[in-house]
Order: sequence, then C-alpha cells, then structure tokens
Amino acid sequence: MNIHEYQGKELFRKYGVATPRGVPAFSVDEAVAAAKTLRGREAPADAKAPVWVVKAQIHAGGRGKGGGVKLARSVEEVKGLAQQMLGMTLVTHQTGPQGRLVRRLLIEEGADIKKELYVALVVDRGLQRVVLMASSEGGMDIEEVAAHHPEKIHKVAIDPVAGLADKDAQDIARKIGVPAELVPQARDLFKNLYRCFDECDCSLVEVNPLIVTGDGRVVALDAKLNFDDNALFRHKDIVAMRDLDEEDPAEVEASKYDLNYIQLDGDIGCLVNGAGLAMATMDTIKLFGGSPANFLDVGGGATTEKVTEAFKIMLKNPKLAAILVNIFGGIMKCDVIAAGVVAAAREVGLKVPLVVRLEGTNVDLGKKILADSGLPIISASDMGDAAKKVVAAAKGVAVAA
Amino acid sequence: MSILIDRNTKVITQGITGKTGQFHTKMCREYANGKNCFVAGVTPGKGGQDFEGIPIYNTVKEAKSATGATVSVIYVPPPYAAAAIDEAVDAGLDLVICITEGIPVRDMIRTRYRMQGKKTRLIGPNCPGLITPDEIKIGIMPGHIHRKGRIGIVSRSGTLTYEAVGQVSALGLGQSSAVGIGGDPVNGVKHIDVMKMFNDDPDTEAVIMIGEIGGGDEETAARWVKDNMKKPVVGFIAGVTAPPGKRMGHAGAIISGGKGTAQEKLSVMEECGIRVTRNPAEMGKLLKSVL
Repeated sequence: MNIHEYQGKELFRKYGVATPRGVPAFSVDEAVAAAKTLRGREAPADAKAPVWVVKAQIHAGGRGKGGGVKLARSVEEVKGLAQQMLGMTLVTHQTGPQGRLVRRLLIEEGADIKKELYVALVVDRGLQRVVLMASSEGGMDIEEVAAHHPEKIHKVAIDPVAGLADKDAQDIARKIGVPAELVPQARDLFKNLYRCFDECDCSLVEVNPLIVTGDGRVVALDAKLNFDDNALFRHKDIVAMRDLDEEDPAEVEASKYDLNYIQLDGDIGCLVNGAGLAMATMDTIKLFGGSPANFLDVGGGATTEKVTEAFKIMLKNPKLAAILVNIFGGIMKCDVIAAGVVAAAREVGLKVPLVVRLEGTNVDLGKKILADSGLPIISASDMGDAAKKVVAAAKGVAVAA
Repeated sequence: MSILIDRNTKVITQGITGKTGQFHTKMCREYANGKNCFVAGVTPGKGGQDFEGIPIYNTVKEAKSATGATVSVIYVPPPYAAAAIDEAVDAGLDLVICITEGIPVRDMIRTRYRMQGKKTRLIGPNCPGLITPDEIKIGIMPGHIHRKGRIGIVSRSGTLTYEAVGQVSALGLGQSSAVGIGGDPVNGVKHIDVMKMFNDDPDTEAVIMIGEIGGGDEETAARWVKDNMKKPVVGFIAGVTAPPGKRMGHAGAIISGGKGTAQEKLSVMEECGIRVTRNPAEMGKLLKSVL
C-alpha cells in the first residue's frame, strides 16, 4: 500500500524526522487558508526564497517535471496555482500516458536549500536485512545515479535486533557530504527514519531530496512510503490513510473478492490459479503474438462466485477481445472449476470468445462439463495450444471449439 | 535416494487443529508412506488431544521428544507463523516447511536473523512444500500428478511447479524430488541451495529450475551451476510481460528499480549454460532433449 507525501510527512514528524511545515488542501479555499496559516514567522524579510510550495499529491514520482510542484511568492499565487492544479491530469514518467487526476495538494513553506541529498530504506532480499541507502546526488532519479555513478551510492545493512548503529549512521552521513557539524543531526534523522520504517512495517521509505538548509538543518523535503500489505492487519492507522482514488478501480473491486488482479494494456483476459502460472500464461500469450489485458490469480479456492466476479471484472474492460482460462487443478478439482466457468459464462452472457485449458485432478470430468454445456467454449490441450487459440480468437479468426 | 525427505521421515504438523492443517495432514497421510510419517501435531493448549489418531502436543519440543520427529510443516495463520518457525528452530528440528502465505516481511527478517548459526533448514514460507514421489509428500501439492523418477524440480511458484511435474510425468519421466521454495522476498532455502542438493543426489539426473521476476536468486544459482553443476539444468522464468513496480500475486514477484526482470534472469541463465524456454508448455520437452 502507498500513501501520499503529506501523509508520509505526518508520519515522519511523529518519529522526529524534520520536514518543512505544511498543510494538505482538498480545495482552493483550503489552499488559501493553508498559505495564510503558514505565513507568519516563516516569511523571510528579503523574500528572495520562494515563500510557498504548492505540491500536487498523487501516488507517483516525477511530479516536479510534470508541472505538479510549483513555487508561489504570494497568497494570490498560491490561489492561482491551486486553481490550476486541482482537477488537472498530471502526467509523469510513473503515471503512464493517461496521467493521474490531482485531487489533493500539499501547501508547504519554502525551504532554503543548500544541498540536496538522497536517503532511502529498502529490504535487501539477498542480505535478508533492511538496508540504509544514501547518496550525495539528491533530487535525481536514483536509478540514474545507480547506472552512471554507482560509487556515489552508499549502503549499510541494519541489524534487526540492535537497530541502526550510531557509527553506521554517522559514517553514511559523512560519506554523502553532510557538513561535519550537522552529522549528529543527520545520524538522528536516519535512526528515526529506520524506527519509522520498522515500526510501521514499511517496504520502502525514500526521501529525495533530503536537504541541508541555509540555517543548518537537515530536513526531509519529500516522503515516499510503501507498506508491506501482509502487515497491514496490525496497522489500522495506516490503513485509514489508503486513498482508493489512487488505485485502479478494477483492482479495488477485485480485492473485495480476494482476487489478485492487475490491469494491463492488452485485449486478452486471463483467469488463472496461482501467481506463477498466471504470469506464465501472460507470457505465453505474448509469445504467440497476443497481448494480455490483465494478471488474475483466483487463488487455491476458486468458487463459482469468485469465477463469476472475475469474469465481470474482466468484461468491464472495453478493450477485451477474448478470455483465456488456465487452471491446473490440484486440490481444486477441474470439474468444480468447469462448473464455475459454465455458470459464470451463462450469468454474464459472455460475448467474447472463451478458451479454456484444464489440467490436473478430474480433468476429464471437467472437459465433459464444458463440452456438454452447449456454450461455444474453445477447449485447449496445453498452455501453448491455449495461447495460440486465444490469440487467434482475439483477432477474430474462427477457432474450432 | 532423494533430497531432504524420504519414506522414513517423521513429521510434526504445526497448526494441526486448523481447517487447512487438518485437510492437508489428511491428504499427506493418504499419500504413499504418509501414514507412518505424520506422527505428531502441535497446537498450543490442545496437548493431550488427538487428530484422527495423531497425538497433539502443546509445543514442538514435546512433540519432538515424544515421537523422534525431525521435520515440521506449518499451517499456522500469518500473524503467528514466524513465531511457529522460531519454535521449531529452537526445538532443533532439521527441516521446517512453512506453507503459510502472508507473513509480514519484518517478522521474517527477525526469524531469519534468529536462525543464523542454527542447524535448522527452512523451506518457504508461502510455498507448496516438497515431495519425494511414492515415498512422502509434505505440503499442499496434488500427489497423483507425480511419478517416481530422476528429475529434480525447484520453483518459487506452486501451480507452475505442478505444470512442470505434469509435463515430466506425461513424458514418461518422473521426479526424484520436487521442491517449492516459495514466493516471498525473505525466505529460507534458495534455488542455489536446492541445486546443490540435487547435484549431490545420485538419483537425480537433471534439474528443471523455475523462477519468476524479483530479486536475484535465479542469477546466483545460475552462476553456481556454471562452475559446479555436474548435471544438465533447464529453466523457465515467469513474468516477461509483468509491468515494473507491480506486485504480481507473490509478495516477492516485483520488478523494482529496473532490477529483477525476467529478461535479465533468462540472459544470465543462458550465459551460464542453462537451456531456457520462453514457452512454459515446453519445459518437459526441453528437459527431455538434454538427457
């Protein structure tokens, strides 16, 4: 699960990680009110530095380049920017060409940036530890830095029992160019960041940039947090921050039925049991010249109800040209699945070609149910055959049932 | 011979009184020598009872000393599953197979940390388990698709393992052992560990290695194979079409920061002399062609 920058910064503050002062705004009026609240003591007399930053809140990076982060020097300017940004479709390299509708803003005090750094916490699968990763190259895409200047990325693995050691935190701070007198401050920030990561069951915490200000403070200017979905059961407060507007509606709908669904760009729907087999099915469709419309794992206990809901969700996709059902029946019996597919196809009044490949427990019974149903179901002998048939059917070629 | 388990293995079921634990213990008992292998169950607070004749103990330690079991299989729900692994490790079992899906990564990092320097091997979590056909099955895979033979299979995915098993059996070959190592980012044995065991097993002639997007375990195993493996290995990687940044069902199946793509894994495997196929329907045929 992801949260917005402003929510991440609220969490940071709880853990003692310094952030600029900011207020979220859901409307132009709220943005104006926020700007006024933030003025007061923060407006520098010479006003060379921008006084406010208006930041579009969407769950995607690259907002600055896409026009979702702007500076304002007056409340009027904040108002103008809020009017412009709220309701705009923000396109960044992470949103895809369709972009994302901006519904929330963060109005923040401007910062006097002396230095831009990068810090993140991730799970290193090889080491089986959380790793603190930092770089002197803040404000840039970290993948770019990793590709061209890997020597500028410094890492340390964290002991899960002892936590982040003072020495390690200081060492990293020095390596990325934190001025000597601010190293203790950076050390504490890193340690607090790790506490936040650990206690909130994060899967990623990224601060890009982490800044050193003109008045000698180390501040998180951005906040990207992802959480381990498997741990959400023990974090009601974090679940409350979930923003369904930022998620694909089909994926939200699917999650209600315990279906693992991910929308893709193609036109061939896939319904499969097991995540690995579901990926392999998509790959096979591609291998034979087609394009998958979705990833869908119905899991081990695919009931008629689940299969029906899965069909309904796939059919909401206007691009859908055909469906491939690929089931390796283990504990789940093929005849049960076949009955579910037939019932689902009848209930939704299926209008696109349906190819079904069944294998495993009670496969003959399953195939008989499909054949006897009177529905124009195209049966396939193996995954390759199924993919060939569904690709042809999606292109409008007649395929023998 | 086989790897890790055989007809003489004695197994404890942790979480034996839950619905899943009961169902699969029953299925495992009905498979091959299972009747003699599944000797104990553990559910805290239910010690002294029994499940269809299998005695239940409060702790793994008690179950071990009463029955001599050296292996456990875990069906405990996710919030308590890591603690169940810890208990099995503390009791000094040789092998723990954790079927449970959905354990928080934070819990697994701590559990793996505690396991350092201990003798216990962990398979999973979020895995189907492992099987030595015609001898013993520990886990949730359908027994009847397997056939005794000389092909080793190792995979991160459940149904994709069954797919490979099914193809191998259909070609008249069979499996020495088939191991599902699970789809989580922080887990126990890796491809490389299982590969080493198959290499040392005189009854394994060749291996099918199945991987998926995320992490770098397949690459690590491939490099080891290049320098050490005495037997042919063929492979398949799922997720060529998976979009970056999306978790594809398994918690560990995610391309992050451009790393862990299927293409990268396939390239490394090929460089290391592993024959790969892009068509999962042909894993069996490819394997047969290298024998």
